[in-house]
Amino acid sequence: MIPAAFEYHRPQGLPEALHLLTEHGDGARALAGGHSLIPVMKLRMSAISHLVDLQDIADLRGITVGSTIRIGAMTTQAELINHAGLATAAPILREAALQIADPQVRNLGTVGGNVANGDPANDMPGLMQCLDATFTLAGPKGSREVRARDFYESAYVTARAEDELLVAISFAAPAGGYAYEKQKRKIGDYATAAAAVQLQASGGRVTQASIAMTNLSDTPVYSAAAGAALVRTACDQSAIKAAVAAMLGDINPVADNRGPVDFKRHVAGIILGRAITRAFSRT
Amino acid sequence: MKKLHLEMTVNGKPVDVLAEPRALLIHVLREDLGLTGPHIGCETSHCGACTIDLNGKSVKSCTMFAAQANGATITTIEGIAGPDGMHVLQSSFREHHGLQCGYCTPGMITRAYRLLQENPNPTEEEVRFGMAGNLCRCTGYQNIVKAILHAANEMQSKEAAE
Ligand SMILES: Cc1cc2nc3c(=O)[nH]c(=O)nc-3n(C[C@H](O)[C@H](O)[C@H](O)COP(=O)(O)OP(=O)(O)OC[C@H]3O[C@@H](n4cnc5c(N)ncnc54)[C@H](O)[C@@H]3O)c2cc1C
Ligand code: FES
Ligand code: FES
Repeated sequence: MIPAAFEYHRPQGLPEALHLLTEHGDGARALAGGHSLIPVMKLRMSAISHLVDLQDIADLRGITVGSTIRIGAMTTQAELINHAGLATAAPILREAALQIADPQVRNLGTVGGNVANGDPANDMPGLMQCLDATFTLAGPKGSREVRARDFYESAYVTARAEDELLVAISFAAPAGGYAYEKQKRKIGDYATAAAAVQLQASGGRVTQASIAMTNLSDTPVYSAAAGAALVRTACDQSAIKAAVAAMLGDINPVADNRGPVDFKRHVAGIILGRAITRAFSRT
Repeated sequence: MKKLHLEMTVNGKPVDVLAEPRALLIHVLREDLGLTGPHIGCETSHCGACTIDLNGKSVKSCTMFAAQANGATITTIEGIAGPDGMHVLQSSFREHHGLQCGYCTPGMITRAYRLLQENPNPTEEEVRFGMAGNLCRCTGYQNIVKAILHAANEMQSKEAAE
């Protein structure tokens, strides 16, 4: 399991990293925590001639918490879990991150790598769609912002150009109740189905709801219809049923070693029902 | 591909080594530095047999290039015992039958070592969650968990006595 040969670079700043990506074009690839990329390289499924290790770039680190929350791309899952301010301001992040992989993987795997990877099995893309996060991308021509809800095109295909780097993820501090619910075959596994729910209520009625699903299509699925089905309801069984039905209209799972399509649709419904119930109980 | 000159501190000693960029850290530790304590179980980042301590964090050294560890401080199972012999965790694993074939043990103990630094007084559930990246095909985990909880206790009372 030894990857094909490549040249290793460890730039000290963002401009240098961007320059390396432009200079080496197609064959260049950014390396964050390596816990999606290195397995792919071992299988020789990816032709990479230049690896650009981002670990020394200070501009890609740091977490700021205010009315807007900003997370540097190179923040590890472990750093995210251990950040007290973030756990208070956006507890759904910690709840989700604790369900990703295992301690060793979370010590190296980054939030930026998780969302940039484009694997529909990753948990953070759906979560960021639920939070309506914005991704800041830097490229040779400057930087731009793309909403998480517009970022994913198909499996491993995203709005990021090959010569761009993801710098940070930002979103408004979420309000109300939350839940990240995930069904997996064993601890440390990717989701059979997962649901991110953030909702607000007033006087026992839902005023706002945001719902996104993971690993049930070739991209994460933000289901506006599922959220809308909850608004103005008391979040009772019939409202949850309507939200689940709306969500099922938006997903498109395929059969694989996690189960046949019918099973995945069934699990998606159960998981979303649980997530809504828990999120509402936390409002 | 041109080899890279890498410098690290491994088990308290500065080392330097020449490695290809594609060399995985586990291979450099085992083959170039002769540290065969960290094992290769799956080589696919699932089993944790290759767990080492890197800059104070548990990581799987099969899913890291040695180049990424340039400048790092590393502890492997060879560096866990003190000058007076076995670490409390090591004797506790022996006492509580925390191993059978022993293949997973270096990774288990190296991970448990860091877990007890992060959380010196864990509950059983916290031990199980904290050890979730390490697989064992023999013990059924029961005695591994017992050994770690016992070691935590012993380390706590030792500290209180000092
Ligand atoms: C055993 C195991 C279990 C796992 N379980 C889960 C799980 O349950 N849920 C889950 O979500 N993930 C899981 N993962 C994946 C893990 O979370 C990865 O760490 C994550 O998907 C990628 O982050 P990384 O920092 O390791 O990125 P890398 O592997 O370094 O990079 C991934 C991709 O993103 C690109 N990239 C990285 N950073 C940037 C950037 N700043 N700008 C542009 N491109 C970038 C890279 O070029 C590469 O193509 C698991 C991994 C393992 C090994
Ligand atoms: S050998 Fe590294 S995780 Fe199994
Ligand atoms: S003791 Fe045999 S694998 Fe754990």
